[in-house]
Amino acid sequence: MAEISQRVGGNGARSTEPGTVAHWGQRRGTLHDADGLIAGPGDPSAGGPRPGDPCIDGGTQGPEVGAGGLGAGTGSNAALRGVDQPLRVLSPDGSPTGASDPPYPALLGPEQHRQMLTDMILTRRVDAELVDLQRQGQLALYASCLGQEAAQVGVAAAMRAQDWLFPQYRELGMLVARGVDPVGVAMMWRGAYHGGRGLLERHTSPICIVVGANALHAAGFALGVRLDAADEVVVASIGDGALSEGDVHEALNMAAVYEVPCLFVVQNNQWAISVPGRVQTKSATLAHKAVAYGIPGIRCDGNDVLATYSVASDALRWIRAGGGPVLLELLTYRRGAHTTADDPTRYRGDAELERWAALDPIDRYRRHLVAEGIWGEEEERRAASVADEAAAHVRAEVCDAADPSATGLFDLVFTRPTKELERQRAQLERELARRRS
Amino acid sequence: MSAVTMVAAINAALRDAMDGDDKVVVFGEDVGRLGGVFRVTDGLSDRFGPQRCFDTPLAESGIVGLAIGLAIRGYRPVPELQFDGFSYPALDQALNQLAKYHSRSGGLVDLPVVVRIPSFGGIGSPEHHSESPETHFAHTAGLKVVCPSTPGDAYSMLREAIECPDPVVYLEPKQRYWTREEIDLPLRTEPMDQAVVRRAGDDVTLVAYGNAVATAMAAAAEAEVQAGLAVEVIDLRSLAPIDVDAVVASVEKTGRCVVVHEAPRTLGIGAEVAALVQERAFYHLEAPVLRATGFDTPYPPARLERDWLPGVDRVLDAVQAVWEQ
Repeated sequence: MAEISQRVGGNGARSTEPGTVAHWGQRRGTLHDADGLIAGPGDPSAGGPRPGDPCIDGGTQGPEVGAGGLGAGTGSNAALRGVDQPLRVLSPDGSPTGASDPPYPALLGPEQHRQMLTDMILTRRVDAELVDLQRQGQLALYASCLGQEAAQVGVAAAMRAQDWLFPQYRELGMLVARGVDPVGVAMMWRGAYHGGRGLLERHTSPICIVVGANALHAAGFALGVRLDAADEVVVASIGDGALSEGDVHEALNMAAVYEVPCLFVVQNNQWAISVPGRVQTKSATLAHKAVAYGIPGIRCDGNDVLATYSVASDALRWIRAGGGPVLLELLTYRRGAHTTADDPTRYRGDAELERWAALDPIDRYRRHLVAEGIWGEEEERRAASVADEAAAHVRAEVCDAADPSATGLFDLVFTRPTKELERQRAQLERELARRRS
Repeated sequence: MSAVTMVAAINAALRDAMDGDDKVVVFGEDVGRLGGVFRVTDGLSDRFGPQRCFDTPLAESGIVGLAIGLAIRGYRPVPELQFDGFSYPALDQALNQLAKYHSRSGGLVDLPVVVRIPSFGGIGSPEHHSESPETHFAHTAGLKVVCPSTPGDAYSMLREAIECPDPVVYLEPKQRYWTREEIDLPLRTEPMDQAVVRRAGDDVTLVAYGNAVATAMAAAAEAEVQAGLAVEVIDLRSLAPIDVDAVVASVEKTGRCVVVHEAPRTLGIGAEVAALVQERAFYHLEAPVLRATGFDTPYPPARLERDWLPGVDRVLDAVQAVWEQ
């Protein structure tokens, strides 16, 4: 039982001997000495790490991030990027916006581009299949991620296999892009298992239903990564509603104070069930909240997979170099209902839906890759076939799947059942035996 | 042998656990440089460095959530929530997350977290510093809840809790913090899930834990002097799970049972003990199981707590009532 735990925490090496490392938070910049707290990219007044600042691994150098990266505009004093004009690499028609700092298209080779678009197409296909399976009574509920494929695949593609993801419940795209079998996700929605199955194997925490609670787990896990001096980054995936939760405040604050390697990815999909963003906060943007925590905040077009990938890569590189946590707001839109039990026609109109449909992330990326000569009919056929196979696989595995054993519930409460749990298991076994006979 | 306070015993248990396993980390509000408001963590930050014993922001939910993440990572966190009443902001992380993550992971991830909470009343504190939070935790599947009443048990049960692969809520009876016991540390007492007979007797069984054990012992001595009664006192020690076999063995002998706790009466641990006793030892009972407890009011202002708490008088009334049945 403890194997995963041990494997997870297997790297016991600390960076230095106890007592020789700077106290937590010592590197934190002072809030009051920075007139330009809200600074644009490349603004040197924002103050990057300064010589003599102790770094988390005991060194004295701040993180080195390439020109145009976070290091140019951020550091121990928070800076905001993309607030006025969220970073966007591809226009909705797929043409490059000319953003060349960093030179985004050059970050990826043709194969990586094809993989990302394929993952997005696959996500949308499996997502639709899961909605259908719910309608057919095979799933108890489902929360569609329709419209958020770029935000999710872009972040996952920027992560490495050894990095860790702490998701909520609308992250099908992130999960499949990390190699999680969507059947394990579907079985949670079927009501067979809490948390899903097959996630930990892909360095992904079980699915968290309480909004924002996962942010603290990510921060704590990242603290462990820092104590281990391991080359891993933790990604907490949350939404615009979660940023109103106390747990997310506590997570951002603690992650900042302890300078842990954690990226907080906020998919701002505009709606928390029926409550729009303007009811969640008076903050000008969600990225602005980073200022108060003393960490960098970035805002980017989450329907632009290249912008998302580039900014997430930037942030992860910054974090790996010891820069501490980053808050990344991805502007996107939940085109489906909150869940299959929701009726969004009660709180939003068609005009809004049409406006966002025109910003479709898959169409945009496909147009761009076609124009670049990276994607053609052959690739489209192949991607459709991969997506159809995945959907068929999910349908075959989920439809009328046998339920797990109810008496197995007693094995999961503790590492070993108590005597009282064994008594209760025996009671259930008697009831089941009677029902069978 | 030397006279060791409960604070010193808990401090020694933390130190020895940290010495023995570098995955053990201690954190909470004021536990670092200050050594905790009760000095329970005194010297740990100096000895083990700020990476293994550190202060947190004022954020109880964050403290427990951080512990969960560290445990998933493979650490053995021992967070402190400064006072019982301040454990309530952490209830989502404790009840929904800490208690359920092992199950949610399909049994793949263990959560060896010990949440230490200085608990209960009797020390003249302002509001929210004298709560009895045990029922909230004991009612939640996935949490073990233990409560020592002596310095020796405090040491041994904390060592065992830290070694335990499951989450443990470790309630410290802070009114007993400065009581002393002649012991040699390190020591191991009975396993933490077992109740212990503190005083043998054939006439009435008193079941207690935490601060209430001393009250029960005093009442037992008084009952012997006043009425010649031989009262057996059981120190429950573990509130989840409850060592029902030990309680039943005693009640089968005495036929009479009184449960003593500070927590309000309704749905307290006493209710569970009474239910278990009547399920398992009904035909041995000579009288209904009674409870000598706090009242179903908010914990009172300090100047009224002596009246509110279950003292020797209230316990003796219950003993007399079950004896005269």
